[in-house]
Amino acid sequence: MFRLENVQKIYSRHGTAVTAFQCSSLSVATGAYVAILGPSGSGKTTLLSLLGGMLSPTQGRIWLGEQSVYDLSVEQRAKLRQEWLGFVFQTFNLVPYLTALENVQVPLCLAGEAAEVQRDKATAMLRRFGMEERLLHKPRELSVGQQQRVALARTLVSNPPVILADEPTGNLDPESRELVLNSLSECHHEGKTIVMVTHDPVAAERAERTVQLIAGELRDGGETTAMRSVA
Amino acid sequence: MRLTSLVWKELRERPSAMLTSGLTILLGVAAIVAIRHVTVHAEGEVSRQLATLGANILILPRDASLQDYYAADQSGKTLPEEHVSEVFFAGLTGVEKVSPKLSVPAKLSGQAVTLTGILPQSEFKTKVAWQSVSLFAPKKHDGCQRVKSAADEDQSPESLVKNRSIEQLQKSEVVIGADIAQRTGLKPGGKASLLGEMFSVLAVLPATGTVDDGRVFAHLHTVQRLAKTGEVVNAIEIVGCCEDAAGDLVPQLGKLLPGAKIVTISQVVQTQVGVNRLIGKTSWFVLAVLVTIGCATVAGAIAANVRERRREIGTLMALGATPRFVSRMFLLKALWLGLGCGTAGSLIGIGLALCLGPLWAGVAIQPLPGLSILAVVAASGLAIAAAYWPARQAAKLDPCVCFQEV
Ligand SMILES: Nc1ncnc2c1ncn2[C@@H]1O[C@H](COP(=O)(O)OP(=O)(O)OP(=O)(O)O)[C@@H](O)[C@H]1O
Ligand SMILES: [Mg+2]
Repeated sequence: MFRLENVQKIYSRHGTAVTAFQCSSLSVATGAYVAILGPSGSGKTTLLSLLGGMLSPTQGRIWLGEQSVYDLSVEQRAKLRQEWLGFVFQTFNLVPYLTALENVQVPLCLAGEAAEVQRDKATAMLRRFGMEERLLHKPRELSVGQQQRVALARTLVSNPPVILADEPTGNLDPESRELVLNSLSECHHEGKTIVMVTHDPVAAERAERTVQLIAGELRDGGETTAMRSVA
Repeated sequence: MRLTSLVWKELRERPSAMLTSGLTILLGVAAIVAIRHVTVHAEGEVSRQLATLGANILILPRDASLQDYYAADQSGKTLPEEHVSEVFFAGLTGVEKVSPKLSVPAKLSGQAVTLTGILPQSEFKTKVAWQSVSLFAPKKHDGCQRVKSAADEDQSPESLVKNRSIEQLQKSEVVIGADIAQRTGLKPGGKASLLGEMFSVLAVLPATGTVDDGRVFAHLHTVQRLAKTGEVVNAIEIVGCCEDAAGDLVPQLGKLLPGAKIVTISQVVQTQVGVNRLIGKTSWFVLAVLVTIGCATVAGAIAANVRERRREIGTLMALGATPRFVSRMFLLKALWLGLGCGTAGSLIGIGLALCLGPLWAGVAIQPLPGLSILAVVAASGLAIAAAYWPARQAAKLDPCVCFQEV
């Protein structure tokens, strides 16, 4: 699904250049579930932004399927995200002035779906996450775990083939964490490609492959024990 | 859900963020609309006055100041009454009517009124007849036929309003202004007690919107007697038969009455027009200041809005919002701000003009829909223009700000 070729991202600020990420080659197969591990500041979020078409690399190319992502215009990349990618954020990033239902409707609204369709799909997705009682609540009226469920519903409502998650369990209690990891596993079983950045070894265990990022450089950590035991 | 509902929900959630800029637009539009309403109507009023007063000339005491044509006789300064006969018998070309005025304060049914003494035109005629020398009668001016109108032939007491003179008025009669008639309930044929004497009401004048509405007109000599002023007047108004005649008359009158001040109506109106021009110019200056402040506050408010919603914008972009969608979000907000606050400001401006126009400028105001709509459209356009730059900045944000925590 993803292929990186000689990708390098360098931030030049105040006269010093920080190499936030570099790798000579990395591929993520379609339907793979990859966990990216690494200490803070090692370039995990940078990698995710590069994959998400949100951050132009200083050099190199990134392919999503047959498409070289950064050869597209800004508008085209927005469309690409709309159709292909779903994001899960550590801090959920719900829109504070919209209700749970409206938050889940946002990706459908951006895709130009009719109001009826938006409402039906969003309601169904929230019901799947057990949030049917909270459709009209604003994010501040929801618990942290509930907010993460709404955020997951928003990610999945447009049924994207790829999911990019940045520390999806970072802010959660064990129960909510389980819910998120189970959802991601479910998506994996549905055939979606998942790239998850995490500090959390328990979360990483759920992936089928781990990649270590150390000081901006990739090191393949191989298959996880979970996968080995499945295999 | 649509782009519009997204914008509307954000605006409704935190209206205070847009309060200052909205208020600036509102006050700016209100001020401009009010000022323009008053100046437009004041200009109309001036030309209307010019049209009705035509070629009039005022003879005033030298030290009298003059702001309002209609109140020229209320300065308290006086001239000897004999100036009236001097003018009349000088036989100047183009003099149509000579009407002296003496105004004194009085009470009518407990209400303060201005009692104005005037001389009916019939008395001049008898004087002329008594002198029986047509030599003294005013000569006709060549250009005078052009401006003669039906109104000039009207000899009813009500024509006082237009003709500035009255044909017949007995010493025990009064003619009252529209306001006074309304306040006291007096009607033609009624009785009025003024300065200790009873008068019968000859007529009620139609409303004019000028100080004449608050006057009681009585015979000049009666007023002189009751107010114990002696044989004086405050002003002598000369109705010239046409503009040209008035122009020629001023120097001749100046020679005839060296101790008096002689002004034409157009001079009075010129000062009024000057005042209007000043208001007009000031309003353009006010407009420029308000536009600058308005644009700056709108731009500032939208820029602040973009800044504090960075992560939200990034998130929307991660979810597939295009830069165009993002910039439209902010432009639409500015448009609504301009439309909403502009409309409210326009309505307030009209309201202000309706209330304050008669008070400040002495003119009745009619709402001007074209001007008001133009102000709203301009406010909306300017708000969008002001929001253009911050909206562009929002569109250029890197979507990866969505990963930033807090
Ligand atoms: N906009 C930026 N400008 C300059 N340097 C940046 C910028 N964004 C990230 N960096 C640098 O790039 C490096 C990688 O950052 P990144 O956010 O990818 O790390 P991370 O692995 O996600 O860290 P964490 O686990 O704390 O989230 C860091 O050294 C960081 O300081
Ligand atoms: Mg990070």
